[in-house]
Amino acid sequence: MTEFLSTLSGLLVGFLLLLGAGFMVLAAVGILRLPDLPTRMHASTKAGALGASLTMLAVAFHLPEGAVVARALAVIVFILLTAPVAAHVIGRAGYFVGVPLWKGTVKDELKKHYDPESHSLESGFEGRRAESGADQPGR
Amino acid sequence: MLDTVIIFVYILLALALILSFVRLAKGPSLPDRVVALELVASIVMGMIAVYTVDTGVDKFIDVAVVMALMAFLAAIGFARYLEKGGERDD
Repeated sequence: MTEFLSTLSGLLVGFLLLLGAGFMVLAAVGILRLPDLPTRMHASTKAGALGASLTMLAVAFHLPEGAVVARALAVIVFILLTAPVAAHVIGRAGYFVGVPLWKGTVKDELKKHYDPESHSLESGFEGRRAESGADQPGR
Repeated sequence: MLDTVIIFVYILLALALILSFVRLAKGPSLPDRVVALELVASIVMGMIAVYTVDTGVDKFIDVAVVMALMAFLAAIGFARYLEKGGERDD
């Protein structure tokens, strides 16, 4: 029974390691092949974070002791908390710095709200409030 | 069987490291390099995890914790530096 369980956990660990490494290779291929900063971040942030989380999960299954599992899960939670924040901050900085977008980009909704001279960003609600106030003076 | 898988996973991670290093060297702009650097940090975390499984020494997880923290702080610092302006030569 224990032998069967250890074989099973070995299979699970190997599967998780392979899956995590596969996602990281995908992230690396994406960061190399995709055309501009936001698409590259789209590849690296999500696939990279998932790959690291899966390999950490493999560690937790390989050494099933309380302290190890707790630390591995803490690393996963930390990755899931910090990866979106870091991606948001870098993407914002990249847009503000003026990194060129891919020429096939269809939509850039920040463009009309952002002034590259003064580095000021409107929320898009300032004008709308003034318009609705002008249209309906009774409100 | 797990040993074979571990060797294969090492090879895959090394390949990923090489690919993201190519992007780190090519640029073309500083934010691209920062993104590549963050991916390198995540791949190194994966390597630490594989090494932990390989050797069975659980203390290496602490190294992964520190690596994650450093990568996050580096990303925040670079983004702040980019956003506040300053001299750039990418």
